Amino acid sequence: MGKLKMPGMFKGLGITLGILGTTIKDGANTVQYPHEKETPPIRARGVIALHEGNCTACMLCVRSCPDWCIYIEGHKQLAPPRRAGGKPRKVNHLDRFDIDYALCMYCGICVEVCPFDALFWTPEYEYSEPKIADLLHDKSKLGEWMETVPEAPELEVGAQKK
Amino acid sequence: MSMLAADIPYWGQSLLRVLGGLVAVLLPAGAIVYLFLFKMMSFMQSRLGPMEAGPYGSMQLLAEVGKWMQKEDLAPEAADHRIFKMAPLIVLLSTFLLVVVIPFGPDAFFTNFSVGIFYGLAVASVSVLGILIAGWASANKYSLLGGLRAAGQLIAYELPMVLATLGVVIQAGSMNLQDIVVSQNTGEIFGFGGLGNPFILTQFIGFLIFMIAVQAELTQAPFDMPIAESEIVSGYMTEYSGFRFLIFFIAEFATAGVFALIASVLFLGGWGVPFQWFGWDSINDVDNWMNVAGPLIMFTKMMLLTFIIMWVRFSSPRFREDQLQTFAWKILIPLALANTAITAILKVAF
Repeated sequence: MGKLKMPGMFKGLGITLGILGTTIKDGANTVQYPHEKETPPIRARGVIALHEGNCTACMLCVRSCPDWCIYIEGHKQLAPPRRAGGKPRKVNHLDRFDIDYALCMYCGICVEVCPFDALFWTPEYEYSEPKIADLLHDKSKLGEWMETVPEAPELEVGAQKK
Repeated sequence: MSMLAADIPYWGQSLLRVLGGLVAVLLPAGAIVYLFLFKMMSFMQSRLGPMEAGPYGSMQLLAEVGKWMQKEDLAPEAADHRIFKMAPLIVLLSTFLLVVVIPFGPDAFFTNFSVGIFYGLAVASVSVLGILIAGWASANKYSLLGGLRAAGQLIAYELPMVLATLGVVIQAGSMNLQDIVVSQNTGEIFGFGGLGNPFILTQFIGFLIFMIAVQAELTQAPFDMPIAESEIVSGYMTEYSGFRFLIFFIAEFATAGVFALIASVLFLGGWGVPFQWFGWDSINDVDNWMNVAGPLIMFTKMMLLTFIIMWVRFSSPRFREDQLQTFAWKILIPLALANTAITAILKVAF
C-alpha cells in the first residue's frame, strides 16, 4: 500500500468538525429561501422583459431562438405621416409577443440580436407556476418586468449616435 | 430471567420482546438519520438541512417515509421477481436477528445466549446474501457489479472484525455478551476499580480495527465502493424503488446503530457502570433501576460511536477497489492477528 495518506484524512476530519462548529456558532452560509431572500446582483440574468414600444415585429428574435420559444404575430397598419402633407406610413403593429419559459434556455441570443432594444435581461427570478402551460407569458406580463430592468450603463465616449 | 417473567404470560412477553426489538432497531435508525444524516452533515457543509417539516425539520423523517411509501413498487421485466422482492427483507432481517443478543441491562435482554458474539457475527454476514441476491436478481449490470463488490468487501472486512472481537473474547474469557459487560465493569486497572476496565483501554488496537471493519461492513464512505454512484449508479440498490428502497435505507442505518451497540458492549462497557461505584460484586447484586438506566447508557454510547462513523463518512473520499482490498488483507488482518496473539500470550502470562 504505502501511499495511504492518513494525515490528510485526519485533516479532513478536522475541517468538517470546524465547519460544524462555525455553523452552530455563526449560522450557515445559506439562506432559508422562502423566508429570507438574497438580492441578486443588479445585472443578474433572471427573466427576459419586453419593451413593447420598441418592438417592430421584425421577427429576428423568433428566427434566432434555438428553442423556438418566442411567438410573434403582427399586422401592417397605417400611421400618420411624419411631416405635414406626406403620405401615411405603413408600420408593423405587434399583436402578440409570447415567450414560453418552459422552453426558454436563457441563452440570451434574442436580447443580443434585437436591433431596436426591445428585449432586456432583468434580475427578476420568481415567476414559477404550478402548471407548465402557465409559463407561456404574454406581452403584458413581459412588459411588467420592464420595471425591474436596471438603467443602461453610460455609453463610452464616441459611441453616441451622430 | 427477564424481570417480567413472573407476572406476564408467555404471549405477552413475546409481544413485549417484538415491540422492544422494533424500538431497539428503529429508534437508533431514526435518531441517526435525523441527527447525523440530515442535521450534522448539513452543518458540516455550512447549511441547515431540512427546516420546514416540523420544528427544525424534525418531522422530515415522516415526510420521507410517506414519500417512499407512495412511490410505485417497480421491478425490471427481466428481474427474478420473487427473490428481487425478498432481498431487502433479508438485509433488514439480519439486523433484527442481530439485535436479539445485545444486553441492555442486568435483566433487560431479549435472549441470554452463551455464544452471543459468535452468533452475532455469524448473523451479521447474512446481510451479504441479501445484497448479493439483490445485485443478481435485478438483471442490471450495475447492480451485479455493485453486489459483487459488496460481497467481496463484506467478506474481506468480516475477518478483521472477527479477529478484533477475538481479543475481547480472550480477555473476558466468555462469548456471552452479558459476561463481557460484567467482566469490564468488575475489572480493575492495576488494582484500581473505580473505572472498571473497559476493553477500549487494553484492546485499543482491536477497537480501531473493529470500527474500521464496521465502517466497511456498513459500506459507509470511505468504503462505499459497492454503491459508488459515479460509476455504478447505486450498485445493488439501482433497480429498487419505493418501499423496498426504504427497507434498504432503514437497514443501512439500523445496522449502523446495532453495530455501534455491539461495539459499545465489546469495548465501552455496555450498559454497565463500574460495579464498585455502588458496591455491587456480581451481576446478581445489580439494582433493578439499571434495567431503565442501562438502555439509556447504551443509547448514549451508541450515539457517540455512530457520530464517529458518520463523521468519517461525511469527511472522506472513496477508496479505490484495490486500495480497499489491500487495506483489509495486507494491513488490517495481519494487525488483528498480531493483536489476538499478543492478547492470548498476555492472558496466559498474567
